[in-house]
Amino acid sequence: MDSIYLVLIAVVLVFGFGVVLWNRRRAGQPQLPPAQAPSLRTPPPKAVPKPAAPASPAPTTADAPAAPAPADAPADAGETDEADKAADEGEVAAELAEIQRPSFRSRMSKARSAFAGALLGIAGRTGITAETWDDLEEALLRADVGVRVSDELLSGLRARVKAKEITEPGQLLDALRAEMVSRLAGADRELRLEPGAADSPNVWLFVGVNGVGKTTTIGKVSALQAGAGVSVLMAAGDTFRAAAAEQLTTWAERSGAEIVRGNEGGDPSAVIFDGIERASARGIQLVLADTAGRLHTKTNLMDELRKVRRVAAKGKGRVTEVLLVIDATTGQNGLTQAREFGDANMTDGVGLTGVVLNKLDGSAKGVMVFAIETELGLPVKLVGLGETIGDLVPFDPDEFVDALVTLD
Amino acid sequence: MFDSLSSRLEGIVKRLRGKGRLTEADVDEMLQEIRTALLEADVNVGVVRNVLGRIREQAIGARLSEALDPSQQVIKIVNNELTAMLGGETLKISYASRPPTVILMAGLQGSGKTTNSAKLARWFKSQGRQPLMVGADLQRPAAVEQLRTLGRQIDVPVFSEPGDPVSTARRGLEEARRLGRDVLIVDTAGRLSIDVEMMEQVRQISQAVQPDYTFLVIDAMTGQDAVSVAEAFHATLAIDGVILSKLDGDARGGAALSVKEVIGRPIAFASTGEKLTEFEQFHPDRMAGRILGMGDMLTLIEQAEQAFEKDQAEKAAEKLMDGEFTLDDFLEQMQALKKMGPLGNLMGMMPGMPKELKGAEIGDDQLKPIEAIIHSMTPLERRKPEVINGSRRTRIALGSGTTVGDVNRLVKQFAEMQKMMKRMGGMVRGGKGKGKKGKGGRGLPGMPGGLGGGFPGMPGMGPGGGPPGLPPGMGSGPGGFPSFN
Repeated sequence: MDSIYLVLIAVVLVFGFGVVLWNRRRAGQPQLPPAQAPSLRTPPPKAVPKPAAPASPAPTTADAPAAPAPADAPADAGETDEADKAADEGEVAAELAEIQRPSFRSRMSKARSAFAGALLGIAGRTGITAETWDDLEEALLRADVGVRVSDELLSGLRARVKAKEITEPGQLLDALRAEMVSRLAGADRELRLEPGAADSPNVWLFVGVNGVGKTTTIGKVSALQAGAGVSVLMAAGDTFRAAAAEQLTTWAERSGAEIVRGNEGGDPSAVIFDGIERASARGIQLVLADTAGRLHTKTNLMDELRKVRRVAAKGKGRVTEVLLVIDATTGQNGLTQAREFGDANMTDGVGLTGVVLNKLDGSAKGVMVFAIETELGLPVKLVGLGETIGDLVPFDPDEFVDALVTLD
Repeated sequence: MFDSLSSRLEGIVKRLRGKGRLTEADVDEMLQEIRTALLEADVNVGVVRNVLGRIREQAIGARLSEALDPSQQVIKIVNNELTAMLGGETLKISYASRPPTVILMAGLQGSGKTTNSAKLARWFKSQGRQPLMVGADLQRPAAVEQLRTLGRQIDVPVFSEPGDPVSTARRGLEEARRLGRDVLIVDTAGRLSIDVEMMEQVRQISQAVQPDYTFLVIDAMTGQDAVSVAEAFHATLAIDGVILSKLDGDARGGAALSVKEVIGRPIAFASTGEKLTEFEQFHPDRMAGRILGMGDMLTLIEQAEQAFEKDQAEKAAEKLMDGEFTLDDFLEQMQALKKMGPLGNLMGMMPGMPKELKGAEIGDDQLKPIEAIIHSMTPLERRKPEVINGSRRTRIALGSGTTVGDVNRLVKQFAEMQKMMKRMGGMVRGGKGKGKKGKGGRGLPGMPGGLGGGFPGMPGMGPGGGPPGLPPGMGSGPGGFPSFN
């Protein structure tokens, strides 16, 4: 029975692909990525809405504290305590400006860097032997550098050792450190907040797979921007995950931002569009748009994201950042994520504008960003270092590599 | 993006042709490629080293059989080894004699504890149990709310109260006893394995509820760090099993192997989708193939079963063999196929697919012109494309927004494919007597050998491209898929 499916798949795949490839070859543009082939860009299908949650019977535990009625907050929720809010806003902003931001080093070194430990062992040996190279490679791989980047780093070093430029392990490690820093140097890591007409807010879109911390990151970014005197509105575009909007609302309260929510299971593009319109009407400078976590392998969800990206640029807003949020524990799949999400957000040749590297305060050091930065040219702009509102700092390659290679 | 292990090994193997026995040097060369494959799958470096050592012993001097080529034999050894490592004892839930059976969920932030608590509750329900969930994640805003919403969806009650997670968990246990629920699932906050305070908290929760099973939820995308996380949680909580989440992505999930190896506890469940039903007991054999980057046939078949209507698929296959497959059928199958996910991914899962097709970046959008052309045809034209003459062609091209040339090509290639399928169908049918009977009794009993041999040669389909453990015929043998060059 199984084989039937296989045959069908094979036929459909091969036939379909054959036609596409053949056409492409004939057109003489074999390298053209799909997104840039205008002739083939028919309007994408309506994003398939995720199935709404089935009607949910009430819990049977009568005594369990009743769940608060899911606030089906219409898009104009924030209206209510307008006056209170205005008064609070000044205070909140002042508080936020004073949040102590952790130093990169201190947080990243909370977990002893295993990488640094391995380097120490190498430095302790006399001379550079085959064992040195093995240990160095293992240390790099253990840190999720990836086979390719590790090979690149090491082959450069090997050549220099061969040329007798480097003779001592200490020199070797210094060279490695310098090489790592130089690989990350030169990228523009500024978050783009363009001044412009008062009714044209900047829109920052946050995308990523499930559970990387998009919603939390938006809360922290909001605090960061509000602290710098920027007015912020959050658009709760994660209409899929249960209670995602509640979570974002909590962050909006903490950071003194406005929030626009839709119904659970609703169209995320619509929520984000509403958010932008409202920000525009009120002269709010920055819209932080949350999206539901999605695996990059789910076509319908990636199509939904394409629509979100398109719709976000439709109204008065300007999409100035599309940030991929990545979990530092992620391994080699991070590169694929960056590629796929970049592809889904591709507009005028620009997909993602940067990466937020989250959960860097754990034992994982997020070194797969080397591959993302060097292979895709995608800069890491922010780093999440904890769960509280102030735990988000700009990425600094020097400090990052430092924290990686130094044992305290 | 990953070359499958088999294609990596191909080059080496060419030189080994005719050798009766693998030398140490041959094996080492192959092991290097296997090592890269495992590392790219995020298997921990230390674990890789151990695995390779064991594989090396088995591979050196292994007698090369005539039937299989050496690379396949080596892959088979690797595959068996990984399967053995991932499998071993499976976790059988034995229920507490004094209910409730208590389950504690733990893991890093964002690994999927809350969702998997609900999935597990649903699973227990399907086993005829009556679970109660406790929301002891008081850290993340709205985590309890999320659990409640999920609980409503699967009709499982949720207990939680604000304050202290330890006492919430304890009260949850009392509540379960009071209500006579026989399974208690305690969802805890995500925590970093190095956060001393939070690890102490979860230890206290564990002490308060005395769990029968403690599950560690691990994200399939986790890299090398999976090992230290697993070790830390295991040291604090004594993990009984692992739940592997987000396995529906394209990460190869080497973390599963690392964790299993390091804490020696089985991977009990795997979460294979966002829906609460997409949760199943773990299949070690599939995971081994996936880690090795071999076409994950079983997964493919499973996905196909969901996407295609069974009867329809059977009918279509029958028609295909008889050469009665129409453009309508093709369109139908293409649409079903699209439900299975991005075509590029499917292509990657098909073993033995030529590199040219595998590497091609093809979005679903690009099949649209094909759909448009077929949609612009009349029913008669779809049944009998041969009636399409000049004026019909022009009409179809206009209607679909393509060119006459496009329409021509489609029709021509479709005819070619039909011919080929018919011929293949004949071969398959002819071999029916000898072939194994298909499970369903009809369909494609002669599949083995049929597909591989039936197609005209295809460049890029190296000899013996198909990894072992797959239905023979798909990818093995000198045949291939039709070339569209």
